[in-house]
Amino acid sequence: MKKNIQVAEKSKIWFAVSLILIAISIGSLFINGLNFGIDFIGGTIVTIELNTPFETSDAKALIEEYDTSADVTYAGEAKTQVIISTKKDLSTEERQALFSKFQEKYNLEDTDLLSIDTVSPSIGAEMANSAMIAAVVAVLLMLVYITFRFEFMFGLAAVIALIHDLIIVLGVYSIFQIQVNSPLIAAMLTILGYSINDTIVVFDRIRENRPKFGKYDFASLVDTSVTQTLRRSINTSFTTLLAIGALYAFGVPAVQDFALPLMVGIVSGTYSSIFIASALWCKIKEFQASKRAAVKN
Amino acid sequence: MSKQKTNSKTKSGMLLILITLFIALVGYVLFSGVSVGVYDIGNVSNNINYGLDLTGGVNVVLEAQATDDDPVTAEKIESAMLTIRQRIDTLGVSEPTITKQGDNRIRVSIPSVSDQEEALDLIGKTAQLEFVGPDGTVILTGKDVVDSKGVMQTDSTGLEKAVVTLKFSEEGTKLFADATQKYIGQAIQIKLDDEIISSPTVNVAITNGEAVIEGIGDIEEAGNLASLIRGGALPVKLVPIEVRTVGPTLGQNSLDKSIYAGMIGIGLVLIFMLIFYRGLGIIADMALIIFIIIFMIILTALNVTLTLPGIAGLILTIGMAVDANVIIFERIKEEARLGKSLLTAIDAGFSRAFSTILDSNVTTLIAGFVLFFLGSGSVQGFAVTLILGILVSMFTAVVITKQLVILLVKTELFKSNTFYGI
Repeated sequence: MKKNIQVAEKSKIWFAVSLILIAISIGSLFINGLNFGIDFIGGTIVTIELNTPFETSDAKALIEEYDTSADVTYAGEAKTQVIISTKKDLSTEERQALFSKFQEKYNLEDTDLLSIDTVSPSIGAEMANSAMIAAVVAVLLMLVYITFRFEFMFGLAAVIALIHDLIIVLGVYSIFQIQVNSPLIAAMLTILGYSINDTIVVFDRIRENRPKFGKYDFASLVDTSVTQTLRRSINTSFTTLLAIGALYAFGVPAVQDFALPLMVGIVSGTYSSIFIASALWCKIKEFQASKRAAVKN
Repeated sequence: MSKQKTNSKTKSGMLLILITLFIALVGYVLFSGVSVGVYDIGNVSNNINYGLDLTGGVNVVLEAQATDDDPVTAEKIESAMLTIRQRIDTLGVSEPTITKQGDNRIRVSIPSVSDQEEALDLIGKTAQLEFVGPDGTVILTGKDVVDSKGVMQTDSTGLEKAVVTLKFSEEGTKLFADATQKYIGQAIQIKLDDEIISSPTVNVAITNGEAVIEGIGDIEEAGNLASLIRGGALPVKLVPIEVRTVGPTLGQNSLDKSIYAGMIGIGLVLIFMLIFYRGLGIIADMALIIFIIIFMIILTALNVTLTLPGIAGLILTIGMAVDANVIIFERIKEEARLGKSLLTAIDAGFSRAFSTILDSNVTTLIAGFVLFFLGSGSVQGFAVTLILGILVSMFTAVVITKQLVILLVKTELFKSNTFYGI
């Protein structure tokens, strides 16, 4: 008989690891905050192909008139592209004038204007709001479904594990000051779906194994079930990581914005479905059982 | 060994080979395309509806600004959308999408337009044309104009200059005739959105209902101004609150890179399954290829717009598509370890794994649907491929894989459990 992984037995260790990670994440969120991109705070990002290497100071000189605090960075394989980001949402006229200046200096075609993103600040707050609503709606619906198919306590444990994953993803964004734009919202909601998928597979096995164990032997029940599904949890997360990792390594920035939080979320989600969700359920059940016993006495 | 059994073995083997060939053929037709006579069949990449981030284009969200005496109404938004459509049509670009967002917003998407800033300029301008007399009275407005063109005209000095011609309606003709009669020798201001673009001096009363606007930069500008005037003024002031444009080269580059990255991702998953599950891995890989084929066909058939986030969603579901197979295969292994025969273990593995797969996928579907209904733009594109991917993968992983595994076992070509990774 294979030895069981001690999830419930040593739950204190796993909870401690998670609590430390969550504390670091929340601490960083309070101290460093998040590095919000234009999707949230508004602004303009213009990318221009200059067809030649350039000095950022030259580019800065051309932009000064519109915004002195604009950021200028290189892009493209040969570093011939300039990315201009300002916190101002430039008007159509201003952008046209800006591009004309570059056009004149570097002798550019119209098509060398690779991309423009302008967002007015008012949109950001709305988006953050609707994302919160989406997350809450998704979690409530999942809770209802899990209660219906399993029991409420499974749902509660799963939701706590989810919140754990989301805090850690946000923490990574805060610690490394990665820019937060709208793809993160979609990614967070996908993590909701993905991480709960993992958790459900474990719970499903607990549900199935339950008759084989004593009424109050929650710890062995959990440890056996987690052990039985361990290979699946790891293999599935690994294949998904392979696919998403390839997107991150070889994809374009717009796709990387999705891939990165998904990768963090998948790792955290795998950890939480193996070590946190079932152990939590076990603790809740043990607590309920001891309370019931206390009432009887 | 009985003859009947040998027959069934050969039959299973033949069937498996046929299915493999069929997948290869469909895959080839789908991704490379073939020409039969004058018909080009397949080549799915030409038939997919790509989003603006992959083809290049302009995407802008306009917000109607209400003033105290001029509230934003649904009728005004509708009429503004119509005007914007007319203006874009003059650019001669294909299929703009103009949709209403919320109560006071309009989203305009124009694919592959060469001069993007020009398009932006054209979309958002109120284009309120006014002829104002020297005493400040408004003589007539853009509403009184029935036609307008940008043309080259020789002026009094013999130079060719770009002008905008105007043709007034019956009422406009009368108003203009009266005004030019009244203001002979004085200047009339022609204003566009409160900006004076020309202020000609009236020499004679103009009664034929025609006028020209001079002082225009070049013929292109004249053409644009004429089409703005023809399309009429927007009934409400619109401010662009979100503008996103992608140049055509960048779009194509994004698509190529994403396909390349996706291929590597798929390749890695295929190899992993093969190494880890051996015989069953071959089947899982076949199922995954079938999944991709079905997914692409549905994507094309439903005319879903594929965006960059959509590609991310697709790759994510590829990772998840093998999940169902992993669950099933691990279950088969467990059942086999209990001493069951291969076929019994397979049967038990599939039926026991089903509820797991259902419950775990429904929860992910919930997230997908919430994203679809509450998200916007790029988030929705991601949600569509996620939902589609989950549904198709459940079918391929559960139904198709099962039949393929049973066929493979029935061929009895591979009898050792090691081949099945058990």
